[in-house]
Amino acid sequence: MTPRDPVTPRDPVTPRHPVTPQAVPFGGRWVGVPVPRKEDRRMLLGRGRFVADLNRPGLLHAAFVRSPHAHARVGTIEVTAALQAPGVETVVTAATLGDPYLLALLERDEFVPTRMPILAGDKVRFVGEPVAVVIADDAYRAEDAIELVEVDWDPLPAVASIEAATAREAPQLHEEARGNCLVDLLMFDDDRLQEILGTAAVTVPATFRSARVAALPLEGRACLAEWDDRDDQLVLHVSTQVPHQVRSGVAQALGLPERQVRVIAPDVGGGFGLKCVVGREEVAVAAAALRLRRPVRWAEDRQENLTAAFHGHEQRYQVRAAFSQDGRILGLDAEIDCDTGAYSAFPFTCAVEPLMASTELPGVYKVPAYRARGRAITTNKAPAAPYRGVSRPQIVLVMERLMEKAAEALGLDPLEVRRINLISPGEFPYTGVNGITYDEGSYRESLDQAEKHVTEQAWQAERDRLRLAGLRAGIGYACFSERTAYGTPTMSQRRMRMTPGYDTAMVRMDPTGEVIVTTGTCGHGQGHETTFAQIVADRLGVHPDQVRLRQGDTDLASYGWGTWGSRSVVIGGGAAGRAAEIVASQLRKVAASLLEASPADVELAEGTARIRGDAGPAIPIPEMARLVHFQAHRLDEDLRYGLEARATFDPPGTFSNACHAAMVVIDPGTGAIRLHKYLVVEDCGVVINPMVVDGQVRGGVTQGVAAALLERLCFDPEGQPVSTTLMDYLAPTAAEMCAVDIVHLQTPSQFGETGAKGMGEGGTIGAPAAVLGAINDALSDTDARFDHIPVLPPDISAALNRRDVA
Amino acid sequence: MKPAPFAYHRAHSVAEAVALLAELGDEAKILAGGLSLVPMMNFRLARPAALVDVTRIEGLSYLKTEPQDGLRIGALTTHRAVEISRDPDVLAGFGVLPRSARWIGHYPIRSRGTFGGSIAHADPASEWCLLAMLLGAQVVLVGPQRQRTVSAAEFFEGYYSTAASSDEMITELWFPRPEPRAVLTEFAQRQGDFAVVAAAVCADIEDGICASARVVLGGVGPLPVEVNADALSGQPATSDTWQAMGEHAASQVDPPEDTHGSGEFRRRLTATLVSRALAEASQLPGGTR
Repeated sequence: MTPRDPVTPRDPVTPRHPVTPQAVPFGGRWVGVPVPRKEDRRMLLGRGRFVADLNRPGLLHAAFVRSPHAHARVGTIEVTAALQAPGVETVVTAATLGDPYLLALLERDEFVPTRMPILAGDKVRFVGEPVAVVIADDAYRAEDAIELVEVDWDPLPAVASIEAATAREAPQLHEEARGNCLVDLLMFDDDRLQEILGTAAVTVPATFRSARVAALPLEGRACLAEWDDRDDQLVLHVSTQVPHQVRSGVAQALGLPERQVRVIAPDVGGGFGLKCVVGREEVAVAAAALRLRRPVRWAEDRQENLTAAFHGHEQRYQVRAAFSQDGRILGLDAEIDCDTGAYSAFPFTCAVEPLMASTELPGVYKVPAYRARGRAITTNKAPAAPYRGVSRPQIVLVMERLMEKAAEALGLDPLEVRRINLISPGEFPYTGVNGITYDEGSYRESLDQAEKHVTEQAWQAERDRLRLAGLRAGIGYACFSERTAYGTPTMSQRRMRMTPGYDTAMVRMDPTGEVIVTTGTCGHGQGHETTFAQIVADRLGVHPDQVRLRQGDTDLASYGWGTWGSRSVVIGGGAAGRAAEIVASQLRKVAASLLEASPADVELAEGTARIRGDAGPAIPIPEMARLVHFQAHRLDEDLRYGLEARATFDPPGTFSNACHAAMVVIDPGTGAIRLHKYLVVEDCGVVINPMVVDGQVRGGVTQGVAAALLERLCFDPEGQPVSTTLMDYLAPTAAEMCAVDIVHLQTPSQFGETGAKGMGEGGTIGAPAAVLGAINDALSDTDARFDHIPVLPPDISAALNRRDVA
Repeated sequence: MKPAPFAYHRAHSVAEAVALLAELGDEAKILAGGLSLVPMMNFRLARPAALVDVTRIEGLSYLKTEPQDGLRIGALTTHRAVEISRDPDVLAGFGVLPRSARWIGHYPIRSRGTFGGSIAHADPASEWCLLAMLLGAQVVLVGPQRQRTVSAAEFFEGYYSTAASSDEMITELWFPRPEPRAVLTEFAQRQGDFAVVAAAVCADIEDGICASARVVLGGVGPLPVEVNADALSGQPATSDTWQAMGEHAASQVDPPEDTHGSGEFRRRLTATLVSRALAEASQLPGGTR
């Protein structure tokens, strides 16, 4: 066995890309380097493997019979005709399955537990809710047969908004939830607040709203379930962000021990939170495969995805904020209502949005007195999942608008009002009125840098030029931080029955010196195969191409919590780094014994072990790997039998931060709003891979801009969805975006194993507030102001024409 | 989103296509680019029992100009072929067609969708339907027994409904008269979406005076709507005139409401778009009609 030079290309099909290592603070040889993504080649060549790419002999296909009513009692379900249709194997209803359900629990008195049936039995609560599933030998025939299932519907009055659901005498969705409130949390209640609001120089009252949106991953939900007799196990391939939670959910719903369920996430085409909860369809398909002992596949289509998958972000904030004459915020009072739809999603529960919103609203600003009440209101619409950003896009929008409104009322510069209120250098770690401790960040510096960039790039001059040309143009800012990588110390405060947070990695070196890493995190487009390899490669002194990440398989990885909440590189990457460090110390001991040196003097780099500062012999790492595995007898007993380690990481969470600036141009003749310029000054601590970070930032900003300008799911008052195709639900395209300039600041996290902070959501969090600020700036000479998203051309047109009339 | 069962037939000539249509009856549909029909079938909003695929019929993809005969466009000509036409006679008299093609969807749609298919589908916001009305096009229809020609104004009957009978196929669009000063403009929230409102205009301007003009609107009703533009005759070709005509056009329509905007929003768009289209048309070279 010849040791290979780890930096020489060895596979003509996958050449290594030329990469220049650079000196990065807290980085190593590979951390901080824009290594091209390992995932890209197979994706770009169409060789990725998604659930719908998986085939099995005798594969059956599932199609769901879904409710056409927003609220109805379900009478008899007549399946005879469907059973006789060509190719149909069976039709499954709640009754045939024995009414299984998912139950997401919060251990709080203010929480009302409600079950989400796998198939609705007695009552449906939203359009698209499944009541039966047809299993046939062909996906087309399955869809033909669902038309033959006859359901005796008894329609009930529906509620399609927070206002309708909380009205007196409103129809009740769940008998146990009075007033359609699933959780009512008075998180903070400062008794000085009323006096502060009554006596302050300025009190700003405002109501803010954000529309219901769809996460819209490129790949919808999908699963393939099959029973494996040899392993005595149900094997589920699922397009998911959380394989272990799918395993727990399926096991709980179907009454199986967890070892009897294996969940595998193959390539996953995006999730954005939609896939960090367990879908009832996944459980229903698993149940069908279990009954039939045959493989069954389901791939959601776009209409199902827009109608019956999970939604998010539909919120209302009724806020009062008190400010002093010099713009200092003195008190904040918020009533927060989140439209959670028909059910509480497993495992996060319906409290995920109101808890996040009421706990973290003050954000980067020093708020001395605070009251916040957050509620989850149930309505006859699809249930909500924790969509990218989870309430942070809204709370940032609220706080930024409050700063702007106060500045306007007091005749101050809105950036100066922000500065006077920001948690500033020298004040970290800062513990806020909400009990949260903010670790070191660059709140002030990011705003200063953004303002400097905007000035240097002459945005104001451009705005003036556009205004002279008859257009409306405006510039907006958003300052924010976001807690990322919530570990169990923080998550436990939510009191979820299933409390997430930690993750565990295994690092193992094979006899050729190559490295296999397993984690419970589950990348689905974020490039983890690349960034985790960079972290591990630095610890072991090998090339990232020699490190292979295995993720998304519950039989391979220790119990973990998947990928969401900007957690993976910090927690999963941290665990991998820790485990790799242990393997590195094993290697150092082997090298020390061979070189007759102290392990502390051994350096692992460039694929070899050598004594630090010694030009003498170096031992190739593959040579040591070979020795440990194949000639164990040559080593001392404590050095034998494998180079591998397991480590867990469970940090409290770490705040990344950013300042966004946006410029929009409005056509007064049509109301069209175009994004003209965009800047992100962001600080996610140590950047593992700048190219991956930039991609996440740009994708996130695009999603946030779309929330501000395009996307909304519309329903009529009876709860019928009216934006169920991509003609009516407007996703952003490249044509709607402008270039995004990115400036990186790096304040290393004290809580990260790698100095990194999470950064998967920041783009989405900051963009709505920055864009909304820009729109309001463009309208600053009118009395029109907007406090909702999305702002649409008809809103602008109506506002400008009202002004013309006045 | 999978279509209900249907039979598939491929026709190799117009005669074979119309014979199949006659044989299959009302439940058959012609498949050309399929860009509107196939999605509607996937949503099961359209459930034709049979499709007659005409895409392999030869000789129906062309733009032809003849002196005194205007422009003839074969039914299977793609939007993209119109868009990239550089024929000087097309550009001189019918330049509005290639110029307007960029409003139709995206490149993959334009490279596949057909001119005849768009006319047959009769979407009231379709660029080609508007321009067929504006330019007084004639729709050439072939049936099992005979060929006939129907003016665009008579061809469009309502949302997605036309004067073509179930055994007829569009083979050609004939634009008999050049219209050098014609412009189509529209508003949609995203590049490539169906127009919320579209305005197609033409103007005959001599010595700074507007002799006559026509205005056709899309997205304001079940059909492309021609509004009265007589008021423009004799007016100076100035921005005030165009703005006044925009307001006048808006006052003549009562548009529907949907998720993309209210009737009032569409009315305001009408005023803006008509005014802008006329202004743009007035800047074009006149040429001979």
